[in-house]
Amino acid sequence: MIRIPYLKILCLTFAFMLPLSAQATKVQEVRSPGGITAWLVSEPKIPLLSVSFSFLGGGSLDLPERKGTGNMVSGLLDEGAGPYNSLAFQTKLEELAVRMSFSAGRDSFSGSLRTLTTNRDAAFELLRLALNEPHFEAEAVERIRRQILTGLIAARENPNAIAGRLWFKTAFADHPYGLPNKGSTETVKAITADDMRGFLGKALARDRLTIGVVGDITAAELGPLLDRTFGALPASTDIETPAQVSMQGGGTLKVVEKPIPQSQVIFGSMGLARSDPDWYAAYVLNYVLGGGGFTSRLTEEVREKRGLAYSVYSYLYPMDYTAIYMGGVGTQNTRVAEALAVIKAEIARTRDNGLTAEELANAKTYLNGSFPLRLTASGRIARLLLAIQRENLGIDYMDRRAGLINAVTLEDIARVAKRLLQPDNLLVVVVGKPDGLMGDKADKK
Amino acid sequence: MSRNFSAFAIICFVFAGFTAGLIRPADAALFHPKTHDLANGMQVVVIEDHRAPVIAHMVWYKVGAADEPPGKSGIAHFLEHLMFKGTPTVPSGEFSKIVARNGGRDNAFTSYDYTGYFQNVAQDKLELVMRMEADRMVNLELTEKDIKTERDVVLEERRSRTDNDPAAQMREAMNAALYLGHPYGIPVIGWNHEIEALNHRDALAFYRRYYAPNNAILVVAGDVKAEAVFTLAEKYFGPLQRADTPPRVRPQEPPHRAARRIAFNDARVSQASWQRKYLAPTRTAGDSKHAIPLSLFADMLGGGTTSRLYRELVVKQKLAAGAGAYYNSTGLDLGGFMLYATPSPGVKLADLEEAMDKVVAEVLKDGFAEKDLERSRTGLLAAAIYARDNMFTSPRIFGDALTSGLTVEEVETWTDRVREVTMAHVMAAGRSVVNIRSSVTGLLLPEGEAGK
Repeated sequence: MIRIPYLKILCLTFAFMLPLSAQATKVQEVRSPGGITAWLVSEPKIPLLSVSFSFLGGGSLDLPERKGTGNMVSGLLDEGAGPYNSLAFQTKLEELAVRMSFSAGRDSFSGSLRTLTTNRDAAFELLRLALNEPHFEAEAVERIRRQILTGLIAARENPNAIAGRLWFKTAFADHPYGLPNKGSTETVKAITADDMRGFLGKALARDRLTIGVVGDITAAELGPLLDRTFGALPASTDIETPAQVSMQGGGTLKVVEKPIPQSQVIFGSMGLARSDPDWYAAYVLNYVLGGGGFTSRLTEEVREKRGLAYSVYSYLYPMDYTAIYMGGVGTQNTRVAEALAVIKAEIARTRDNGLTAEELANAKTYLNGSFPLRLTASGRIARLLLAIQRENLGIDYMDRRAGLINAVTLEDIARVAKRLLQPDNLLVVVVGKPDGLMGDKADKK
Repeated sequence: MSRNFSAFAIICFVFAGFTAGLIRPADAALFHPKTHDLANGMQVVVIEDHRAPVIAHMVWYKVGAADEPPGKSGIAHFLEHLMFKGTPTVPSGEFSKIVARNGGRDNAFTSYDYTGYFQNVAQDKLELVMRMEADRMVNLELTEKDIKTERDVVLEERRSRTDNDPAAQMREAMNAALYLGHPYGIPVIGWNHEIEALNHRDALAFYRRYYAPNNAILVVAGDVKAEAVFTLAEKYFGPLQRADTPPRVRPQEPPHRAARRIAFNDARVSQASWQRKYLAPTRTAGDSKHAIPLSLFADMLGGGTTSRLYRELVVKQKLAAGAGAYYNSTGLDLGGFMLYATPSPGVKLADLEEAMDKVVAEVLKDGFAEKDLERSRTGLLAAAIYARDNMFTSPRIFGDALTSGLTVEEVETWTDRVREVTMAHVMAAGRSVVNIRSSVTGLLLPEGEAGK
């Protein structure tokens, strides 16, 4: 269960493909008559279509005192637009069996659309209305605000959410990454319809738009739909981008006391940018250390040998203005100190000794062999197309990915291990009642 | 991570329902599976899908938590974990590593009615994973160390899922209160004190009793020809011996006469919530003619933002931030029909409950509009098309259905059944299930807060 969010991050972060025998790899770049670009995998076997799109600059565009504006916008675009009030818009979506959703991440504002082929034009028209003519009706604004507020209140006592909030706040302080993307009850209460219109006016610009489309449509059919849907958005807008930032708080341990039997632990240090020349070495290294589920070194030491946890994991998390290397574990309070010691020792061992030739070979086989398993649903492929574009990896990336992974040597691994693995410089947050762990600065809430 | 018990959640959205207009009766069949029975009783189902060169290979055992001996709760799920230990030919802990070394992913899940194992691999690895899956069906070896360490892992899993989470403890308490005799009242993962006492002997006894070809279903979906799967199944599963597996007879529910109420206050609750669960038929249990109409009833009552509960409680009266209804028509024995709501800030649960009861009573009295039924039907039928989009969804649908007493034919003709439902069917189903005497109402509250 815990690996689900982690897999999501992976999908969005490393989205490249192996050569696939069949049609799944035939990615075309579609340029609409009006100049909008999308990547398309045309797949007529199932009568439906998935669209993913995103605009660079998401929650980081929020004003600090109105943090959560982008998130609130994402809940309101389908709550009344164009000629339809909220109920009419929602009814239309249901009658046409169109699935539409929006979300605001730290670095991008994204959306997705799924429709049956028969309702394609109507689905794109609803998307056009949502993006260009949302109402922000007072009733809908207050209703979505109530939903966000109850969600924030519910997350107050959630151990994982507490750990995540404190970790990011400690690491990034006043930088947009230090604030929860959904805001706080105070900032969410302050957001107005004008704030949201202001956010949209900044966030939706065609020069920061990326689109991936998979399913029952041809390039010739898609072009005009792109123009109709996105063509009226401004070509570009002025936005202030956040500064590059380094993580703070390395080497500290924070304990938040909560009356739960199992402590939730999050740890992290600086990571690598997606464009770093050592990215693939780090990617392979992390798979072996803590990214590989049942086969990872951390799982072997913590779970298989000692029964200390159900789940222990690590992942690379590159963002647009920083990069971190994160991990986590959940362990009963009496054994947290032991679990942390085992994890740190394994990170140190890996830093000092690298990987074995066999581990490297096995990792390559897995990372290349399992890649096509991500291409099993149109929505997933559409999100991959988006990520490849966002990271500027090139339309032939799927053909080159296996080569890039296979080129990683033990020397590369040794070099990147020294750089990436910092067992003594982790920022560790523990939420629970851990025995024998003294936080550097106990935060009692 | 895996070895989890959450599969049923994945299935239900798919089987939420289907409609006229979107799919013509001529192509109403959903997945076009091909089937074959081995002489030892093992059923084989293949769904060919050649869009990507991969397959899902799954073995589903017709045994789950509701088949456990009294006092041994959690043994089905514990055994699922232990199945990743060794056999004479696959050393302990190597199963998943071998799959990974072949570019595959594997995992397993346990529910009340089934235990499932799967590997997602490139199509040329089918024989490898089938050989290993057949091997561990009969050759599992367990050491005392395996038992002790893995039991600690399962106890940590229980802490993660339940003991750390008051909402999960609430669900556990509600099920225990709803079921008077049936083992659906016991959590799938088991009660803590019973997990702690599970041992080597318990695991092997359960394994020998239920893990056999006559109690298993092989489901393969993806880029493969059905005949090739049947040939491999004959080779690897065909030689395995039947076991004397007992029939699935569970303690059944007596008549429910008294409505139950639970209030759970906990310091870890920061947001109150309200739920009610009514005992309900499924497609194979109780008055099963109501099952598919109930899917439509649940959708119209509380399936989304146009549903009656959402319009009334969230949009108009503003008493709730969220409200809805939920029903899963698949299950070997009597299941549940759920109502739920989250109060808006400052609203008391008692006021919310009163408003909820009123909306449901009005619906039962006055019914829905015909256009509401058509919209729900459209949604259910579209969900079935969307389900075909994910290559790894169809094997889950078949495994879930076939281990819950349904047939391949019943899965394939589900859309026809949805098309036939009339408003009279829907209302009869709704009226039959909404009976406070066979329900439990749960109030989850912050410490010191009263529901009233």
